[in-house]
Amino acid sequence: MPLLEMRNIVKEFPGVRALDGVSLTLDAGEFHSLVGENGAGKSTLMKVLSGVYPEGTFAGEILVDDASRHFRGIRDSEKAGIAIIFQELSLVKELTVGENIFLGREPSRFGIVNWSELYHRATKLLQDLNLPIDPQVKAGSLGIGQQQLVEIAKALSQDAKILVLDEPTAALTESEVETLFGILENLRKRGVGMIYISHKLDEVFRMSDRVTVLRDGKTVATHTAADTNTNEIIAAMVGREVGDIFPVTTHSRGATALSVSNLTAYSADIAGKKLVDSVSFAVKKGEVLGIAGLMGAGRSELLMSIFAAWRGKHVRGIEVDGRPVKINSPSDAIDNGIGFVTEDRKRFGLILEQTIVDNMTLAGLKRLSGRIFTNRTKENHAVAGAMKSLRIKANSPLTVAGTLSGGNQQKIVLGKWLLTDPSVLFLDEPTRGIDVGAKQEIYAEINRLAKEGMAIVLVSSELPEVLGLSDRIIVLHEGRVTGEFTREDATPEKVMAAATGNH
Amino acid sequence: MEEAKTSRINATALRAYIMLAVLGLIWIYFHWATPGNTFLTARNLSNLMTQMSVTGIIAVGMLMVIVSGNIDLSVGSVVGFAGGIAAFLMTTWGFGLPVAIIAAILVGVAVGVFQGSLTAYLNIPAFIVTLGGLLAWRGAVKWLLGGNTIPVADETFKAIGNANIPATVGWVLAGIAVLAVIYSAYRRANSVQQYGLGEANYKGELLKAIIPAGAVIAFIAVMNAWQGVPVPVLIMLAVALLGAFLTNSTVFGRYLYAIGGNPDAARLSGINDKRNILKVYALLGALTGVASLIFTARVGSAAPDAGVLKELDAIAACVIGGASLMGGRGTIFGACLGALIMASLDNGMSLLNVRDFMQDIIKGSILVAAVGLDMAGRKQT
Repeated sequence: MPLLEMRNIVKEFPGVRALDGVSLTLDAGEFHSLVGENGAGKSTLMKVLSGVYPEGTFAGEILVDDASRHFRGIRDSEKAGIAIIFQELSLVKELTVGENIFLGREPSRFGIVNWSELYHRATKLLQDLNLPIDPQVKAGSLGIGQQQLVEIAKALSQDAKILVLDEPTAALTESEVETLFGILENLRKRGVGMIYISHKLDEVFRMSDRVTVLRDGKTVATHTAADTNTNEIIAAMVGREVGDIFPVTTHSRGATALSVSNLTAYSADIAGKKLVDSVSFAVKKGEVLGIAGLMGAGRSELLMSIFAAWRGKHVRGIEVDGRPVKINSPSDAIDNGIGFVTEDRKRFGLILEQTIVDNMTLAGLKRLSGRIFTNRTKENHAVAGAMKSLRIKANSPLTVAGTLSGGNQQKIVLGKWLLTDPSVLFLDEPTRGIDVGAKQEIYAEINRLAKEGMAIVLVSSELPEVLGLSDRIIVLHEGRVTGEFTREDATPEKVMAAATGNH
Repeated sequence: MEEAKTSRINATALRAYIMLAVLGLIWIYFHWATPGNTFLTARNLSNLMTQMSVTGIIAVGMLMVIVSGNIDLSVGSVVGFAGGIAAFLMTTWGFGLPVAIIAAILVGVAVGVFQGSLTAYLNIPAFIVTLGGLLAWRGAVKWLLGGNTIPVADETFKAIGNANIPATVGWVLAGIAVLAVIYSAYRRANSVQQYGLGEANYKGELLKAIIPAGAVIAFIAVMNAWQGVPVPVLIMLAVALLGAFLTNSTVFGRYLYAIGGNPDAARLSGINDKRNILKVYALLGALTGVASLIFTARVGSAAPDAGVLKELDAIAACVIGGASLMGGRGTIFGACLGALIMASLDNGMSLLNVRDFMQDIIKGSILVAAVGLDMAGRKQT
């Protein structure tokens, strides 16, 4: 009898079927890994399991100990013995470790907290896990890795029978990873069932009893770890053909437009942690360079650092058109002809309450309008032209950006940067969360720009996108280049192998 | 999408109309309620405008600081401090008027640059920096003046706060203003054609120019019906025009809205947010210096408590005028209208002999109610 069974889970978002009939079983004491590309549906599945998406917002059935469960929220799933440790830490940094562990369940009488019992229990719990952490220190004073371990202690204090770990080692040092695996090994012996989401296949194979592969919201395969191997898993992860939405275009390449040497970027939060480690690359005029890699591989940090917009420390050498340049601020980058269509348009790209014109002219304002005084009519004229060529569907340049669809918003961000007249364009996740039609239009635009001689650096988590558009691909894994392929020799399997560190 | 667009444009315009209507109602009520119907007379309107000038000038600078997502709580104390220095220079040290004027404005700028750099470059929250300034600059005035009131005898200086310009000069200025309104309407119509966005609509633009032109003429007529346009009102109008121009028609103004609307997006678009925040604080400082001169000149002396609570009047004017304390939203026109509404309440309630504690309670309630209605209106759209 399985400890947990998820049957035929279907979860739809507007326009997307994120989960399409996923089934999964977990036995007591089993270590079950869940792997797949970014966007395959792993996190969504776990949000269904934990009640973040409550009963009724998805189809399918969840059984724990053979009884059907209906979770209306996280509380319900916790009561059923399910604990989830999400990628983003959820500790309250200003509270102590002990307070965090018992947050919302403080041992108390008549509303008065029994502090000595709380800390006594916290100490015992941490000792059981062999964690040398003082429950009286503030959670925020611990390193990210230790905080992660506290989260696990918190989950166990709730007598979790089912523990879900979403990329728990992403921020850990090697010795912390060892501590974590020691704890997980212990839990396995105690009969706790674990679902482990990771991009790191070596970890997956080290610990797992079984491995389930998700792709495009479907269960592709469930293998016993002993009967399978890395190649088989990678093949199952990528498994799809690059469709013909990518017209194969060969771009004629010119001189080197941008070259970056020995770029190293450090974490802004963890002292000394390198997110990008000595990466060098060059991109030629008319070339589309794809940068592939999984979440946390350092791709956005790489682009942000070139643009002098990375919050943490970063060092690098940059040459534009063969001459060394100093880029100390985004405006230096813009002056040197670099444009940057940033990821997460709502956070980094747009001012949602402002109009299309105000957004699209922002980066190139001095060029499009005037150095000191603005000229609205001139701006409207430039924007009207860009809206037409990018096919932005809105009534007028005065429409508020926030009222538009994701695809149109993305085109505004693209337009903003095209209006700076760049010779090198960075695109970070340019089609995240937009519909297929808008995607194709953006692909066509990228190909058109390359044909006109623009150098393009494309970061995307969607492998088909990188393979379909790029003339050349470099692959990052944990901040280092682990592979470089031309369009001809790039295959999904090779890129995925490099991205998971198996090269 | 059609609806979304039209409703937004209407919402901004609608807001201005509602505020004008509210102002009209307040005026009509006070006129009806005051004994002898004295509120809407040329003399009282002239007084009213003079009374709002200090707050109005500060509100213009404050609006820009608020749009950039910041705040300045220290301006009331800086009015006292800069005014105190001006008075001190003229009386105790015997400097002339120009030195005093320049000194007051420079003091304002220096305070603005200092507090602005603490906020922008050292990342100390603006609320804290300027709360500290509120206390510290007030302390500085008391120290400077030794707790005494320093009378200023210079008649030219007093004229800054109390004189009126001759009627003919008023009409000349009105003529210039009307010509400027017509010329800008003509240019707007022209540039549409120039960039191929459609036919030049001279008639439509000129029709739109009738309202501002009419307002200018009516204003001068009313002011001249008493003693002519008061000098502080003229200065306030000049400052408001400058502020409107900066926010609407300069790169600096656009950057302020961008920084307040989404600091991350602004920074990644190449905007130096720190430098612009420093600039906007310096500008507010300069305007506070100007306001301090008018304040001191009107009273005829520098006092240790000069300008107390002026920061709250200015912030209230901006907020009543539709500015968001989160940044990214607000207009100079709204802030000036807000200042006029606040001044009208002060003036009208004084004419009605409302006790001062009651005045405070009413003003406080109106501030909260105005923002409450605004939020409720926003939620619907």
